[in-house]
Amino acid sequence: MKRGTAVVWALLLVASLVLTSGCAKKPAEQPGAQQPQEKIIKIGMIAPLTGDVKTFGESTKNGFLLALEETGNQVAGYKIEPVMGDDRNDPTEAVNVATKLCTQDKVKAIVGSVASKCSIPVSEVCEANKVVQISPTSTNPRVTVDLGRRKTYVFRACFIDPFQGKVGAKFALDTLKAKTAAVLFDQGNDYVIGLANFFKDAFTAGGGKIVAWEAYTKDDADFSAVLTKIAQKKPDILYLPDYYNKVSLIGKQAREKGIKATFMGGDGWDSSELDFATMEGGYFTNHYSAEDPRPEVKAWVDKYQKKYGSTPDALATLAYDATKLLLKAIENAGPDDSTKIRDAMQKLQMDTVSGKISFDENGDPIKPAVILQVSGGKQKYIATVTP
Amino acid sequence: MTVVLEQIFNGFQLGFVYALIALGYTMVYGIIRLINFAHGDVFMVGAFLGVFGYTSWRLPFPLAILVSMVMCAVLGVTIERAAYRPLRYAPRIAALISAIGVSLFLEYFCSLKFVFGPNYRVVDRPFAVTSFRVAGANVSNIQVIVAVVVVVLLALLQYMLFHTKIGKAMRAVSQDHDAARLMGINVDNVISATFAIGSALAAAGGVLYAVAYPQIWPFLGIMPGLKAFTAAVLGGIGIVPGAFLGALIMGQVDVLSAAFISSQFRDAVGFSILILVLLVRPTGLLGSRQPEKV
Amino acid sequence: MVFPAAAAAFYVVVRALTGAGLINDYWRLILDQSLIIAVASLGLSLIYGFCGQFSLGHAAFYGLGAYTAGLIGKLYGHGNLAWFAASLVAGALVAGFVALLVGLPILRLRSDYLGIATLGFGIIVKVLMDNSNKLIPATGGATGMTGTPRVADFTWIFITTVLVILLVRNFVYSRYGRAWVAIREDEVAADAMGANTTLYKTLAFVLGCGLAGLAGGLYAHRYPFVHPSSFDFLKSIDFLIVVVLGGLGSFTGTVATAIGWVFLLEGLRGVLGQAFVDWRGVVYALILVVTIILRPRGLLGGREWSALVPRVLAVPVGKGERRGGTGS
Repeated sequence: MKRGTAVVWALLLVASLVLTSGCAKKPAEQPGAQQPQEKIIKIGMIAPLTGDVKTFGESTKNGFLLALEETGNQVAGYKIEPVMGDDRNDPTEAVNVATKLCTQDKVKAIVGSVASKCSIPVSEVCEANKVVQISPTSTNPRVTVDLGRRKTYVFRACFIDPFQGKVGAKFALDTLKAKTAAVLFDQGNDYVIGLANFFKDAFTAGGGKIVAWEAYTKDDADFSAVLTKIAQKKPDILYLPDYYNKVSLIGKQAREKGIKATFMGGDGWDSSELDFATMEGGYFTNHYSAEDPRPEVKAWVDKYQKKYGSTPDALATLAYDATKLLLKAIENAGPDDSTKIRDAMQKLQMDTVSGKISFDENGDPIKPAVILQVSGGKQKYIATVTP
Repeated sequence: MTVVLEQIFNGFQLGFVYALIALGYTMVYGIIRLINFAHGDVFMVGAFLGVFGYTSWRLPFPLAILVSMVMCAVLGVTIERAAYRPLRYAPRIAALISAIGVSLFLEYFCSLKFVFGPNYRVVDRPFAVTSFRVAGANVSNIQVIVAVVVVVLLALLQYMLFHTKIGKAMRAVSQDHDAARLMGINVDNVISATFAIGSALAAAGGVLYAVAYPQIWPFLGIMPGLKAFTAAVLGGIGIVPGAFLGALIMGQVDVLSAAFISSQFRDAVGFSILILVLLVRPTGLLGSRQPEKV
Repeated sequence: MVFPAAAAAFYVVVRALTGAGLINDYWRLILDQSLIIAVASLGLSLIYGFCGQFSLGHAAFYGLGAYTAGLIGKLYGHGNLAWFAASLVAGALVAGFVALLVGLPILRLRSDYLGIATLGFGIIVKVLMDNSNKLIPATGGATGMTGTPRVADFTWIFITTVLVILLVRNFVYSRYGRAWVAIREDEVAADAMGANTTLYKTLAFVLGCGLAGLAGGLYAHRYPFVHPSSFDFLKSIDFLIVVVLGGLGSFTGTVATAIGWVFLLEGLRGVLGQAFVDWRGVVYALILVVTIILRPRGLLGGREWSALVPRVLAVPVGKGERRGGTGS
């Protein structure tokens, strides 16, 4: 019994130590604030830096850090101190880490998170604490507007689901003259479901027919059952709105099952790790084309290549854009007041890698989409679509 | 009709892959009654090593499998020594928690940049995929290779268990550790051997899995591991042919329910069937009802 | 009397520190989360720790409670405290009722077979949650549910936790608790001694799952978002880890470990810092393995904090041993 009690007390002691160490940080901040020679602004980033989609978090982190580095870690005369937060792609942890960044680290703004299932709860925390949030890649409309309420401190740098789904469907109908399409989606991933639903709606509204509507789950590697089903229906289009890794796997098995359909998808395809040979001839909607001659694009691709040795994927690009937008807003508004930063953000107009961006009243970017084709191991520019 | 046949072939492919993992699961369980959660992650390491073997290290494919099997056998024995042996005489659940810890460790450690890295790698297959028609349905050479390998491994395993000295020792240890020790069997060595063989099987499974579904990443092992474990239980855990049978059924259930019922409710259908089977046969399909000790 | 006094003192200290600004929102959130996890883990402690029924689907019941209470809060409650209390009860009842329906057939299974059946049930529930918006659009299906009023503050969560601890204690030291331990130690013998094992096992399962549902209701009213991935198979494993590390057959161990576990996971953020953020999972896994090897019977190894043992039973039994099971 004595030992048991001792363990309990030890646990309590550890807990209280952790508690106090957490609290002890606060007084430490104040001397820093009193010394005027180096004024600091903290900017948070939330991404899945561990766990099964760590690679998405790494890309996001790369884009974020590169954007900060470009400005010499300075904005409006303040030194930027980045604070990294890991959400492990888990909504509960996302709330925890967002609360930590907002109330303990006292960041002025947060870039993140990657998945909508984390960005939605994070947006609630940011809104309540009046911290500006810009999500690079969360496409669910509910990140910025939920239940009819606009979360005024929340922005994003990517398209929302309805737009990409529609653009894809329209391209399939008008340019590819498709009559039938099959849709294969991850039923646990809201990004994928969003694109799939809006593609379906727009495609049927435009006179096309969805001949197969099939789901899988995130850890599936075998798609033979649904692909055999789809092969029977012989669709013109196979819409695969998932990330590059999944579509590479599905695409390969689809071809092996004798599916001749043209593959189509969304910005999740944009990665140098896409299986180009398999996805050859497929089309996808994206934010920019690496072939685009605009200086922003070329500079970005070169810089990323130099630093990390690979071409940037959509996640890195959007994180970079989101961070640039945020820094610009901070520059315009001054780093002190997050309400001013928010207002500056709302009014912003800026040339970014993914085009000229301004925000609509929902905090969603107004920017063109491009349609790219996977061709000869590269992404070939096909068309630009403005909303 | 050909569609049904083709779906059944698909189910067999998946089932054989599950069987590769389930065999190792059930062997370890049979000997020390441990649900070795880390088995799926050894499978993942095996997949990576095998793919590195024939791509980066340029080994011939069969040799790459062999190298991966040997390295994973060493890994399996190391895990057993470090994480399970200290708990040999502790409650069974303690070893299970340790296994969960090892599983998490392998996943998170392997996704660090200097190990395997977190990204999804597209696997270049060592040979081209060709498919031919059987009774109107498509069959690929990969399906055939996977099936042949599994059946050969199963036969070898059965031979080893029933016709070799180490197999006899394993069966003895699985029945009663203490009695086996009294008979002069070195129980620790037998357990190590079991882990070595089980992990080598997982490695072989991992390489074949990577070839069949050409993509690898550090969290690859969770789902196949879970499904294979379920398969092993379905067949009657601890029984080698039971794991094989359970895996084939799981494969068919997965594929057929996605194909003919609903892909969105596939896992719900699959596990409902599993629960129903268990209610009818509470110790799995091939498990014998043990007399209750009083 | 020590426990109520200690609980009241703890509450007052936390409130005072919060009022003085010494505990910020973040650590208060973590404290609340740890208490919520403690309540749910106490449920599993009854099922597995005391009654010995291996469940790998506990998160499903936690999720059922979260969705039920969250939906009621979202559609009717709008922050009304009476509705909130009612939704908590409803969450617990729904989870308990589902547990009854599922438990009656599957509790016949033994050990690992029961584990796999409950695991399967957990996966079925996850699939249903992913597709729930087809039936009830307000749940949002796989895109998650927002809009539940965040009315569960520290006071509510703390009082609920204390009540649950007392409830569990009273059950454990009643004839039910003794029957559970008997079933855990030897089901056949317990049956032979005349205990209605089916009744007692079902009771433990329903009660335990009901507590998980209650915790889920608190979670839905504390966190702004309810998403199916928060209730998947890996979450069930988390509860199992807490209960085993706490020591089977020790509810005080469960509570202490639940709190310590949450603080460990969050504390690792601060301890590892920016440079080693990748290592969080690795370090956690290592701590897990090392802890269980050092203390294979859990941190408390089946013992209890004496303040919570009823006085009648507090008399040493044998050579300084107390009742409460060995935790095997």
